[in-house]
Amino acid sequence: MFELTLAELARGLDNGDFSSTELTQAYLQRIKVLDGQYNTFITVTEEQALAQAKAADDARVAGNAGPLCGLPIAHKDLFCTQGVRTSSASKMLDNFVSPYDATIVSRLKNAGSVMLGKLNMDEFAMGSSNESSFYGAVRNPWNTDCVPGGSSGGSAAAVAARLTPAATGSDTGGSIRQPAALCGVTGIKPTYGRVSRYGMIAFASSLDQAGPMARTAEDCAMILNAMAGFDPLDSTSAERDTEDYTTALNQPLAGLKIGLPKEYFSAALDAGVAEQVRNAVAEFEKLGSTVKEVSLPNTELCIPAYYILAPAEASSNLSRFDGVRYGYRCDNPVDLEDLYKRSRGEGFGTEVKRRIMVGAYALSAGYYDAYYRKAQQIRRMIQQDFVNVLNEVDVIMGPTTPQPAFKLGEKSSDPVSMYMEDIFTLSLNLAGLPGISVPCGQTQGLPVGLQIIGNYFAESKLLNIAHQFQQATDWHTQIPAGVEV
Amino acid sequence: MSLDRSDVEQIAHLARLQIDAADIDSYSNSLNSILSLVDQMQATCTEGVDPLAHPLDAVQRLRRDEVTEPNQRDALQAVAPATEAGLFLVPKVIE
Repeated sequence: MFELTLAELARGLDNGDFSSTELTQAYLQRIKVLDGQYNTFITVTEEQALAQAKAADDARVAGNAGPLCGLPIAHKDLFCTQGVRTSSASKMLDNFVSPYDATIVSRLKNAGSVMLGKLNMDEFAMGSSNESSFYGAVRNPWNTDCVPGGSSGGSAAAVAARLTPAATGSDTGGSIRQPAALCGVTGIKPTYGRVSRYGMIAFASSLDQAGPMARTAEDCAMILNAMAGFDPLDSTSAERDTEDYTTALNQPLAGLKIGLPKEYFSAALDAGVAEQVRNAVAEFEKLGSTVKEVSLPNTELCIPAYYILAPAEASSNLSRFDGVRYGYRCDNPVDLEDLYKRSRGEGFGTEVKRRIMVGAYALSAGYYDAYYRKAQQIRRMIQQDFVNVLNEVDVIMGPTTPQPAFKLGEKSSDPVSMYMEDIFTLSLNLAGLPGISVPCGQTQGLPVGLQIIGNYFAESKLLNIAHQFQQATDWHTQIPAGVEV
Repeated sequence: MSLDRSDVEQIAHLARLQIDAADIDSYSNSLNSILSLVDQMQATCTEGVDPLAHPLDAVQRLRRDEVTEPNQRDALQAVAPATEAGLFLVPKVIE
């Protein structure tokens, strides 16, 4: 059953081919046997999973099965889960058992899903390789010498290795789409505000957005149905009606207008990635779409602007970790300042400390206009580029990442080269737009991701386009060599 | 501009982060390379551009001034490093 998608598993449960208890036991066993190779789970919640599976089986018999009834999923370890450790992959929260559920966790629970456990990630979601986790790096199932991407690297690798049929992720600068691309899975970052941030450990609040990661666009649509919607507990939640993301999946793509930004196909793009993305675009032309070149002239400015705004917001958000109310506290503090400084100095890893310091510096007296305000102005210019292009075309397509998965350790000593990994993804967070990464080919034996960018709240359209592509191609069904099913 | 050791120490103090003396040079190098990356912004003219704080330019939503939270002190303090009689304990602040 490990080769089945979430939609196929739902049909199997409906037909009585297997029970949720059997399905859950099978996945728990598989995690136990195989996850040592990949390190995707921080915590496996076996007891709760089996209890939820039994409740799902009972609900199905009673005739009140929710839309995800009995389907196993796993959560990135920055979503608060009541009674279960929620670490954000940091020593700071290694001992933190959340007293409440994140909104998306309770929504997915209410839809009947079964939580297998909590997934590895870059510490506080700061990273593009999953190497900054306190619990050790995650390995890419396509090549265990390579990184899975980040920060939702555990989520992407667990789906690719068939250790869970689907997972939640979060995306502040590409953290759903980049690991999805590097691991050959499908992941969507919805419009800013579409999915509640309540109970998601904050990194950069004006950029953070949660979303689903799974094998197919159809599976992502099923999960997004449960995740999305207005939440009064999130101050920036979008006040819009929810929609059923599965209804438009089968719309034909005839007449779809696609824009290819010339800036995305520059010399810095890996030739193998470029070729696969161009092949995917040709496939869309076969499906009746038209393609034109467009321009996003401020593309290169998105990295500098992002690396002011995100660290500035992070330095503010992470000031709550003070060693007083929860989380790590240093031994024998001599006074309050020593308590703060050593708890934070010992509890945070290097990249987190680095970003807090960049943010604290950018926000410090005398530098605000030169850095923070300037970055916010550039943020509007980047948004305006997208608005202009999306007046001309329906969607924008391009590579999700400039290259396929890189080797463990290759970029970890040079933060700036790691930051370049997100050149195509973080502009969407700055603009607040939705984007999906879809497997569209392979190069050097590693998956390549196609990013499709849509207008605000066009998640349904993006899932439709991705689903139609997956009806015409089989890149999303490829299983990494060495991953047995 | 470039940060030296004392700048890094001052920033770490502002952020209430204990940094080992042996690590200061490496932080100073990486912070300088990040700042030279972000300084690419300075070449762009942004005169007259409105800063963007929220992608949809939303404003803070208000709600009625009603009590919505039940008292969860015990549950929330269960994960605290040190408490006594419902209070969070910290080292002595005033001698």
